[in-house]
Amino acid sequence: MRTRPLNAWLVSATLALLVALLFALSVYLGRGGELLADKFRTMSEIDRDLAWLVLTEVRLPRAALGLLVGATLGLTGAGLQGLLRNPLAEPGLIGASGGAALGAVLVFYFGAAVGSVMFVPLGGIAGALAALATLYLLAGRNPSIVTIILAGVAISAFTGALTSLALNLSPSPYAALEIVFWMLGSLTDRSMAQVWFVLPFMFAGWLLVASTARALDALSLGEDTAATLGFSRRSVTLRAIAGTGLAVGAAVSVTGVIGFVGLVVPHLMRSLVGPRPASLLLPSALAGAALVLAADLLVRVPVNGPEPKLGVVTALIGAPFFLWLILKTRKEAP
Amino acid sequence: MRLTIENLHASLGQTHVVRGVSLEASGAQFIGLIGPNGVGKTTLVRAAAALIPFTGSVTLDGASVSSMEPRARARAIAYLAQGAGSHWPLEVSRLVALGRLPHLAPFRAPAPADEAAIARAMSLADVESFRGRDVLTLSGGERARVLLARALAVEAPLLLVDEPVASLDPYHQIRIMEVLRAYAAPNEKGEGRMVVAVLHDLSLAARYCDRLILLDGGTVKADGRPDEVLTPANLEETYRIRAVTGGEGREAYILPVARTD
Repeated sequence: MRTRPLNAWLVSATLALLVALLFALSVYLGRGGELLADKFRTMSEIDRDLAWLVLTEVRLPRAALGLLVGATLGLTGAGLQGLLRNPLAEPGLIGASGGAALGAVLVFYFGAAVGSVMFVPLGGIAGALAALATLYLLAGRNPSIVTIILAGVAISAFTGALTSLALNLSPSPYAALEIVFWMLGSLTDRSMAQVWFVLPFMFAGWLLVASTARALDALSLGEDTAATLGFSRRSVTLRAIAGTGLAVGAAVSVTGVIGFVGLVVPHLMRSLVGPRPASLLLPSALAGAALVLAADLLVRVPVNGPEPKLGVVTALIGAPFFLWLILKTRKEAP
Repeated sequence: MRLTIENLHASLGQTHVVRGVSLEASGAQFIGLIGPNGVGKTTLVRAAAALIPFTGSVTLDGASVSSMEPRARARAIAYLAQGAGSHWPLEVSRLVALGRLPHLAPFRAPAPADEAAIARAMSLADVESFRGRDVLTLSGGERARVLLARALAVEAPLLLVDEPVASLDPYHQIRIMEVLRAYAAPNEKGEGRMVVAVLHDLSLAARYCDRLILLDGGTVKADGRPDEVLTPANLEETYRIRAVTGGEGREAYILPVARTD
């Protein structure tokens, strides 16, 4: 017996509260789960400016990026699954993440990362835009879903190969290590300037994806029916793909690849609010933000040794969870 | 409402399927589009809905369907695809409500008028009893009625339906034909909506349609009242069958009994 889907607004409100709580925890919780409130207080008694600087330039960007990247992955995952009408779609599928990763890696490769904190995200965005432009050229002016998936897979494979080549030919083992660690995905040591830099790309991407909400609902009944309900296939596809590429490319360009969030979150929300694509967008964005913020709290738990990378943790939690979800769906299936 | 099709040609890949169809229809009419497999019925309907490229012209009250604004076209022409389905396990009432998408203002919830149209459509297609169920758990015939309800909910002046009764039990075949008949019935002012249905059941076509268009080889072979179109000669030349016919009005039947080739 299927339970009736919960009210999407109720779920969203609860998730929003959860995101706010996790955001505050992300700002105030340090290594080993220690609450930093007292430290901040002591620090601000000694040096007010320094305390403020630590709060706004170290703690805040980390929490803000967790929120933005998580929301991006959740929203675009739900949007892309709706567009492709495939529950296995995830934001990395269209090649923009691969392009962003390659762009950022090239910055490391040429040793330019030391020049400015902005060079890596700049390289990432350039890579994502190049991947999107290639996708547009490959898939043509009126792309079918199959062409998009095939072209996306090809772009992902090619950028992956080039990234491996950069590692392979890396001038020094340090550069190689830097690249590998960056690619594992992390929110540490990011600056507010990077947050402001990626925000417009993400925001534009979110708006583009959100603008397709009703068209995604109509697409549940197939492309022909969606077209006769007034949604042009070309316009919907372009908006959803460009929006996903912009937002995810921006996310990857500052944090590296954070896997499984975009795939798992829409599934989780589907079991809460039902399968209608438009009703999944907001809850998925919020749940993605909550999941990434929570995973970023989890990586701080070990007191000593290197911090586990965020992308590693999300995949470690995400993959078994996904398996459990598959088993659960299989049991429920008639 | 006046539908005019002039010298329409359309291809599927390399195959030239519709080869110069012209027809004109106006007002309240239930038109049956009949003919053997592969003569271009579906392609003609899809061209009329501006789903595929074509040459020639299709106009509604003088406005070309291919240059209409998509939302305006969606309000004017409702379309039910052959063997349509849903990709997600949507709730039945949610699925039928998708038919109101062309009428919704941006960022607005459905208005009372939309809710009323959804309720009318569900009642006409007899799907109220499973309104809360997941559409993927329904039988093929039940699902076909849900999808028809979705198309009815648009309440468009032109309804194009591709094989609406193919998977239904006899009771619901009759019931859905009555629904389509009623959809095309003129109101007090003599105005009404037009239904064009692709049909394979010749008895149902003869009983319920005002007019039949028999396609063969991508062109119009016969066009007129059912008794003018469903002649033994036409049946033999296009369908290559011999049929036993009888009955009158709502009880007419055409029973194919033998091949003639």
